Amino acid sequence: MNYFPDEVVEHVFDFITSHKDRNSVSLVCKSWYKIERYSRQRVFIGNCYSITPQRLIARFPGLKSLTLKGKPHFADFNLVPHDWGGFVDPWIKALAKSRIGLEELRLKRMVVSDDSLELLSKSFPNFKSLVLVSCDGFTTDGVAAIAANCRFLRELDLQENEVEDHRGHWLSCFPESCTSLVSLNFACLKGEINLASLERLVARSPNLKSLRLNRVVPLDTLQKLLMRAPQLVDLGIGSYVDDPSSEVFSKLKAVIQLCNSIRSLSGFLEVAPCCMSAIYPICENLTFLNLSYAPGLQGNDLTKLVQHCRKLQRLWILDCIGDKGLGVVASTCKELQELRVFPSDPFDAGNAAVTEEGLVLISAGCPKLNSLLYFCHQMTNAALITVAKNCTNFIRFRLCILDPVKADPVTNQPLDEGFGAIVRSNKSLKRLSLSGLLTDQVFLYIGMYAKKLEMLSIAFAGDSNKGMLYVLNGCKKLRKLEIRDCPFGDVALLEDMGKYETMRSLWMSSCEVTLGACKILAKKMSSLNVEIINESEQLEFSLDDRLLVDKMYLYRTLVGHRKDKPEYVLLL
Amino acid sequence: MVFEKDLNLDATELRLGLPGSSEESLRISNKRALPDMNDDSGVAAAKKCDQETAPPTKAQVVGWPPIRSYRKNSLQTKKTEAETSGMYVKVSMDGAPYLRKIDLKVYKGYPELFKALEDMFKFKVGKYSEREGYNGSEFVPTYEDKDGDWMLAGDVPWEMFINACKRLRIVRGSEARGLGCVV
Repeated sequence: MNYFPDEVVEHVFDFITSHKDRNSVSLVCKSWYKIERYSRQRVFIGNCYSITPQRLIARFPGLKSLTLKGKPHFADFNLVPHDWGGFVDPWIKALAKSRIGLEELRLKRMVVSDDSLELLSKSFPNFKSLVLVSCDGFTTDGVAAIAANCRFLRELDLQENEVEDHRGHWLSCFPESCTSLVSLNFACLKGEINLASLERLVARSPNLKSLRLNRVVPLDTLQKLLMRAPQLVDLGIGSYVDDPSSEVFSKLKAVIQLCNSIRSLSGFLEVAPCCMSAIYPICENLTFLNLSYAPGLQGNDLTKLVQHCRKLQRLWILDCIGDKGLGVVASTCKELQELRVFPSDPFDAGNAAVTEEGLVLISAGCPKLNSLLYFCHQMTNAALITVAKNCTNFIRFRLCILDPVKADPVTNQPLDEGFGAIVRSNKSLKRLSLSGLLTDQVFLYIGMYAKKLEMLSIAFAGDSNKGMLYVLNGCKKLRKLEIRDCPFGDVALLEDMGKYETMRSLWMSSCEVTLGACKILAKKMSSLNVEIINESEQLEFSLDDRLLVDKMYLYRTLVGHRKDKPEYVLLL
Repeated sequence: MVFEKDLNLDATELRLGLPGSSEESLRISNKRALPDMNDDSGVAAAKKCDQETAPPTKAQVVGWPPIRSYRKNSLQTKKTEAETSGMYVKVSMDGAPYLRKIDLKVYKGYPELFKALEDMFKFKVGKYSEREGYNGSEFVPTYEDKDGDWMLAGDVPWEMFINACKRLRIVRGSEARGLGCVV
């Protein structure tokens, strides 16, 4: 099969970087499998329970970069109990014992302990990059270990983690010899830091391109940091409060003019709106703006700011911008590809901040829009149909109507037709989240048209098993399906059991699936782990197969039952 | 539904549950949620009924809206901080035997603050002008800002003032001259 020596083939493989492609390459023949596995440096594992660290290490001895995901997506919304699993510790222990020269570790929704972080920091001399997203279980002591021991650290990126802050000195643990930092993001930490240490750290990091501060870093420190690092490309501002007539503020205005490399701006965790004008000079060049953690900015502050951002490609914002503000976005940001509108007050219907009108304006004004996350108070079929006419490039479309079963307020109809139009006209759609009043009909449309769909999130929708069946039968590329509070049951679950081997995972909670059906599925499909999460204290599992299961999570795996499950999880 | 209605299996069916709760499906579920949380059949019922009937209140549905806990906690902290934590500062007045403490968060603006101070210390604040400070009174409201400087209260916007103010001092007469008070 090979006309070339292995080294030549390996050299060709160097140009193949996407995980999917490398996976495909490894399946061609034994010889390619062997060459590929020895040359592979980056591995992505979407479910940490699908494989063991030992098998990973055995197959890819040249591993340098590992990405791991743990808990199911619905764990983000408190639907998964605290100690369900997703522990990184066995991975780090196994890697530390091996000869793997790990350089990069990226974790999402995993439980990380201080001990793990310390072991990580001491076991890999070339360790360069740690990215933790939505993780928990660690404190700033663990972060301190990383700072202290990773001599060539380039990236420390903590995104939206729940970190117990020991108000420490973790920042001061970066040794004077550490000058390699390219990216530092500690916006999610809540506690005090030593501002002088921070200034010195930034001063000795000439390669620093990305800096995201937490809310205790005041404006005068920001000004000093920017003086040291005018080359920043990505800036996250902590506290942005001062008197516009102060000397410090004038200095800030001056130094911001020098920071003409900034393309990405976020934070404003504390903000005085009257200070925002200093930011306008850098707005011209921004491609990413994230104001979703800045509730201190009102609608007209946001609108005034956005008017300067002509080159914006990604915008994350709170719904207080209002429909009118979205209209301004639509007329200003012609390059916009991604929009996320978050609710500023998730539980209060009060001021209907954004409605279908804002979305329609955006769809009309932003032809390049391909990714949407939109929390709103209401949506109409007419609006969705208009959006579908205007936008045919959606890859991600997530609509969340805050009232989970709200119908079209104009016609009182379900939103089936609206979502149907979206999937019909957006043939590249990979991710879809539905909400509002929905019947089986919407799933018929999804099964018919969403041929590239990989991830679907459903809540409070559908009438019968048919809904789920339309999706399972029609969406050939489906990888992740998560369902809550829908009337889907055993018939749908068991119709095509082999389908789940082609998917990463299925989550069903508060549906109509019985224990008996889960047992049948688990018995038939040895390649799946079927987990039942049962948190009520009094029931035991030996009871009736006709019991409706509250939470079921199933996923394909090569390594059978996991050994670290908590008591309330039943593995069938 | 799992059971056919026409064979009336419901009547002979073995169920766990309280007598008379025949509508309720058997469910292993966690009842740790809020006491008035709608159970799932309640939600389903709400879904099927007319639009006149109110759907379940958002706050009662676990995990809805689908916002990451981190983000939810973050916004809620800011709201709670804004709503419950007081911004207490000491207020001294020249000649008064002891100081007082007030919560700046309670007031919506300068007029309300000054009225409260006037009531507390039995004096009158003069008329404010940007050029001259306070006219027509022996007393002038001043505050110490984050830099440690003593400033005339009333120059900067209210939000900025309450963020910057560390303590208040009502200055009398002769000492106030430097702050633009014309007696």
